[in-house]
Amino acid sequence: MTTSAQWIDICKILDIPKNTGVCAHLQGEQVAVFHIHSRSNGAESQVKAVSNFDPFAKANVLSRGLITELDEKYSIASPLLKQQFCLDTGKCQQDDSVSIPIYESRINNGFVQLKEVS
Amino acid sequence: MAKQKIVVVGNGMVGHHFISQLSNAASDDYEIITFCEESRLAYDRVMLTSYFTGNSAADLALTTPQQYAEMGVKYFLNQQVTAIDRTAKTVLSSAGETISYDKLVLATGSFPFVPPVPGKDQPHIHVYRTLDDLDAIAESAKVSKVGVVIGGGLLGLEAANAIKQLGLKTHVVEFAPRLMAVQLDQGGGELLKQKIAQLGVEVHTEKNTKEIVAGETCRYRMNFADGSFLETDTIVFSAGIRPRDSLARDADLQLGERGGISINNQCLTSDENIYSIGECALWDNKIFGLVAPGYAMAKAAVSHITGGEKEFAGADMSTKLKLLGIEVASIGDAHANTANSQTYSFIDSATGIYKKIVMDETGKILLGAVLVGDSSDYGQWLQLALNKIELTHPPEYLLLPEADGAMSGGSAGIDALPDTAQICSCLDVTKAELNEAVAGGATDIAALKACTGAGTGCGGCMPLVTQVMNAQLSKLGVSIDSSLCRHFKHSRTELFDIIRVKQIRSFNQLLDDCGNGDGCEICKPAVGSMLASLWNEHVLAEELIGLQDTNDNFLGNMQKNGTYSIVPRIPAGEITPDHLILIGQVAKEYNLYTKITGGQRIDLFGAQIHQLPHIWQRFVDAGLETGHAYGKSLRTVKSCVGNTWCRYGVQDSTSMAIFIENRYKGIRSPHKVKMAVSGCARECAEAQSKDFGIIATENGWNLYVCGNGGMRPRHADLFASDIDDATLIRYIDIIFMFYVRTADRLQRTSVWMEGLEGGLDYLKEVVLNDKLGINDELLLQVDHLIDTYQCEWKTTLENPGKLQRFSHYINSDKTDDNIIFSTVRKQISPSEKALELATEL
Ligand code: SRM
Ligand SMILES: Cc1cc2nc3c(=O)[nH]c(=O)nc-3n(C[C@H](O)[C@H](O)[C@H](O)COP(=O)(O)OP(=O)(O)OC[C@H]3O[C@@H](n4cnc5c(N)ncnc54)[C@H](O)[C@@H]3O)c2cc1C
Ligand code: SF4
Ligand code: FES
Repeated sequence: MTTSAQWIDICKILDIPKNTGVCAHLQGEQVAVFHIHSRSNGAESQVKAVSNFDPFAKANVLSRGLITELDEKYSIASPLLKQQFCLDTGKCQQDDSVSIPIYESRINNGFVQLKEVS
Repeated sequence: MAKQKIVVVGNGMVGHHFISQLSNAASDDYEIITFCEESRLAYDRVMLTSYFTGNSAADLALTTPQQYAEMGVKYFLNQQVTAIDRTAKTVLSSAGETISYDKLVLATGSFPFVPPVPGKDQPHIHVYRTLDDLDAIAESAKVSKVGVVIGGGLLGLEAANAIKQLGLKTHVVEFAPRLMAVQLDQGGGELLKQKIAQLGVEVHTEKNTKEIVAGETCRYRMNFADGSFLETDTIVFSAGIRPRDSLARDADLQLGERGGISINNQCLTSDENIYSIGECALWDNKIFGLVAPGYAMAKAAVSHITGGEKEFAGADMSTKLKLLGIEVASIGDAHANTANSQTYSFIDSATGIYKKIVMDETGKILLGAVLVGDSSDYGQWLQLALNKIELTHPPEYLLLPEADGAMSGGSAGIDALPDTAQICSCLDVTKAELNEAVAGGATDIAALKACTGAGTGCGGCMPLVTQVMNAQLSKLGVSIDSSLCRHFKHSRTELFDIIRVKQIRSFNQLLDDCGNGDGCEICKPAVGSMLASLWNEHVLAEELIGLQDTNDNFLGNMQKNGTYSIVPRIPAGEITPDHLILIGQVAKEYNLYTKITGGQRIDLFGAQIHQLPHIWQRFVDAGLETGHAYGKSLRTVKSCVGNTWCRYGVQDSTSMAIFIENRYKGIRSPHKVKMAVSGCARECAEAQSKDFGIIATENGWNLYVCGNGGMRPRHADLFASDIDDATLIRYIDIIFMFYVRTADRLQRTSVWMEGLEGGLDYLKEVVLNDKLGINDELLLQVDHLIDTYQCEWKTTLENPGKLQRFSHYINSDKTDDNIIFSTVRKQISPSEKALELATEL
C-alpha cells in the first residue's frame, strides 16, 4: 500500500445535476462519477465512481447511463445495451463473470474528489 | 408404420382448419394432400368484404405456401377434384392428377345459388363468394354507376356494403317481405331496413325478379313480377347457398333429399373412409352456413381419425354481425317457435335500437333474442340462453339493464356460467378449457389466445374471455399484477391519473405520494414521460434530467460508439434548398456520416457529445428545429406530394402533413408515434402502416389508426371516412391523448388497440359519443401541450447552465480517444480499430 495516494478535486458537487453522472479524467483514465441524491436517505448527496468503459458495448458511455436503485443498492444501467453494474462492487447484474473497476470517491467541502490510482 | 394418406378436397376455411388441427395433433403420422380449386390457399371468407376496405389478399390469408411446406402439407392450386374412385381409393383432378388416399375428406363448401332468371348470364352480373368474385365486382364497378344486390339476407347485405364502398348507388332487392328473414323478425327487419335506407341504400322488399334485359338509363333493366322495374349497371346475386355435393353424388355417397352430403356424429359419410365437413355436409338433415359449426366438424373428424372421441353434436346458429356498420344479432329461437314462449321487445326509434327476447313459459329462461342497432348484450345473452341460466330478475330487466345497475340482466355475471359453457363459439372453447389454461400459466390475453385459440376467429368473444380470465386469476389468488415496477404498485394508467389529479410535478413528489425507494430504469423514464405528457416542462429541467433515458438525456440518439446522431425536423419531408445546403455544409464541416432515413428526413451520424451544441446552434439559427428522433414522441409525418403536383391527388396531403407534424411535434407519449398523409388511395405515404394514417378522398379524409411497421406489422384500422379537416384534427387530438393517458409504458398504439377491451368499437364510442365524458379534458390537454411547445435544442442553447453537460470530461477539454473512424464509401464509419483499441484497454 502506498500512503502517498492523494484525493484529487474533480469538480463541484453542484456541477453534477442530482441523480446523474459525469465523466472525469483521472490520470489518463475515464471515470464515471455519479451524484446520488436519495430521497429516502435524508436527501443527502453522495458520490460513487466506476469505470466509464462499458465492457459489452466497448464504448466510454457509462457516465451517461441511468441510475437505478433496489433495496438501497445503486447500479448504473448502460445507455447502450442496458446491462447494469453495481456502483459499490462493479459487478454486472446480468453476467456474473463481468465486472468493471470501481474508484474511491468522496465529497469534501463541496468538491467531488477521486482517490489517485497508484 | 407407413404414414396414412389423408386427401382433403377443398382448401376453404374448414378444409384448412381440418389440416391445421390434424397437423397439430399428429403431423408425423399422416401425409396430408389438399386440392384447392381457387387460385390461392385458404383465406378468411368471413372477412371477405374487408377486401374492399383495406385488407389485402395477404391479410386475409389463413396460411401461406411456406407454412404448408413446414407442416409437410402438399397442395394443388387451381385444381378441382373431378371424380372419386371409391374402390381404388383414388381421386382424379381436373389437371389429370390421380392421387390415392387412405382417408378422404370432402370440404367443398357451397356455391351461391343463382335463380334461373332469364338474362342472368351476362357480363357484369356476379356472385359473392370468392376473392376472384370481388376482383370481378371491382372491375365492373369501374364502369358502373348503379349496383343491385339480389337477396336481402346476411350475405346480400354484406355485398351491398361492398358495392356501396366501391362508390355505386346501391339497391337491395329482396323476395321476402323483410330483410334477413332467417335471423330477424318483422320488427327487427323493419328497423334494419330504415337504418339501411338512411345510409343511402335503397331496399326493395317483396320483389320477384322476372328477367334481366337491356336498360335505358343503365346497362340493364330488371323487370319484377309485379310490373315494376329497376335500372342498374351491375348485379350481384346473393340468393342463398347450396352445398357442393356433386362429387359425392357422382360417387354414390348418401345425400340429403334436398342436397348436402349426409354425415354422422364422426362426420363420416356413407363410406367409412370418406368424411365430409363444412358447408357441404348435412348433419341431422341440417346444413350449417356458418364457419363455427364447420370448425367443430373438423375437430370431430380429426378426433375420429386420430382415435379420439370428440363428436359433432350440432351447433348453435346464433350470429352477431355488423352490416353496413349496423350491429345485428340473433340468438337461438328468435322467432318464438317454442310452445308457450313469451316475447318482450324494446324499440327506441330515436336512436334506432330494436331488442327482442323470447322467454320460456316460466319467464325465467331466455330462449332466443333479436338485436338491431346495438348488439352489446349479445355475449351475455347468448350465454344465458345456451346455458339455460335462470334469471334472478323479471325479464324486462334484460331489455333495460340500466334499471338494474351493474347486475346486467339479473344474472350473477361470469360466475353463473357452468364450466361447460362455450365461450368462444368460433373455436369451440369452453369456460373450463379457459380456466385450465389460466391455471396452467396463460395469465394474459395473448398467452390465453395462443394456447386455447379462443378469440382468434371473429373476435366477438374477447370481452367474455377477458372476464373469464380475470375471474379465474382472482380465484387462483393471483392478484392481477399491474405494478409498474418494484418502486410503484400502480399501473402506468393509474399513475397517470394520480399525477394528473394531484398535479404532481416531480418524480420525488410521486415517490412520496405512492412509491418507495429511489426509482429504477423502468419507472424513471416512464414517469419522466408522463410528467412531460401532462406538464410539458423542458426534459432537461433540473428535477427531470435524472429521469431521462439515454437519448432524451442528451437530446440525440446514442450510437454504438458513444457518439450521437442528429436529426433536424423536416416536417412532412418538405425542405427548402437552403436548408438542404445548410445540412450538407454542417455535415461536411463536422465530418458526419449522412443518410436519408426511412422517415423522409436526414440523419447525421458520428457527432461527439461536445459538438452537439455547436452543430445545433447552426441549425437553430437557420430556423431548423429538433426532430425528436430521440424521443418517445411524434417522429415523422410522412407525406406524398398530393394534388399540388400529382395527377391523381385529390387533396393537399403535403400541407396537411406539415400542419399535423407541427401540431403534434414534441408531445411525449408512451412510445413513439408515427403518422402519414397520402393524397389519394394509391397511398404513396404508406399511411395504413402508421399509428395515425390519413388518406385523402374526394370528400375529405379517411382516418386510419393504430397501424405499425417494425417488428410486428399491423394494418391500421379505418376509424372514420370522408371527414373534413376540423373533424380529422379533433379525432386525432382525442385518440392521441386517450392513448397517452391509458397505454402502458413503451406500448405502441397497435398493441394498445389490441389490448383495449372492446377494441375499435369502444374507441369509437369514446371519441364519437364521448362515452367516458372526458373529451373536453383531452382536448384541453392537447391545447396545453401545443401552447407550451418548445424546440428542446433551442431552449437548451439559450441556457448556458445546461450546456455544461455537453463535454466528454467534466474536468478536461480532452475528447474520447476511443472514438476512431475509418472511411467507407467516402464517409466516416465507426472503426473496427476502435474496438480493438478498446479491448486492449
Ligand atoms: C434512422 C432510421 C433508419 C434509417 O437509416 O432510415 C431508424 C433508426 C433507428 N430506429 Fe427505426 N429508424 C428509422 C425508421 C424506422 C421505420 C420507418 C418509418 O418510420 O417510416 C420503422 C418502422 C415503422 C414503425 O415504427 O412502425 C422503424 C422501426 C423501429 C423499431 C420497431 C418499432 C416497432 O414498433 O416495432 C425500433 C425499436 C423500438 O422503437 O423499440 C426502432 C429503433 C430505431 C433506433 C432508435 C434504434 C436505437 O435505439 O438505436 C435507431 C436509431 C436512430 C438514430 O440513431 O437516429 N425503429 N424505424 C429511421 C429514422 C426515421 C426518422 O427520420 O426518424
Ligand atoms: C361474404 C361472406 C361473409 C360471410 N360471413 C360469415 C360470418 O360473418 N360468420 C360466419 O360464421 N360465416 C360467414 N360466412 C360463411 C363462411 O365463410 C363459410 O361458412 C365457410 O367459409 C365455410 O367453409 P368451407 O370450408 O365449408 O367452405 P369454403 O370456405 O367455401 O371452402 C370450400 C373450398 O373448396 C373448393 N372446392 C369446392 N369443390 C372443389 C373440388 N371439387 N376440388 C377442389 N376444390 C373444391 C372451393 O373452391 C372452396 O375454395 C360468410 C361467407 C361469405 C361469402
Ligand atoms: S398517394 Fe395519390 S396523390 Fe399522393 S403521390 Fe401517390 S398517387 Fe399521387
Ligand atoms: S367467438 Fe369468434 S373468436 Fe371467439
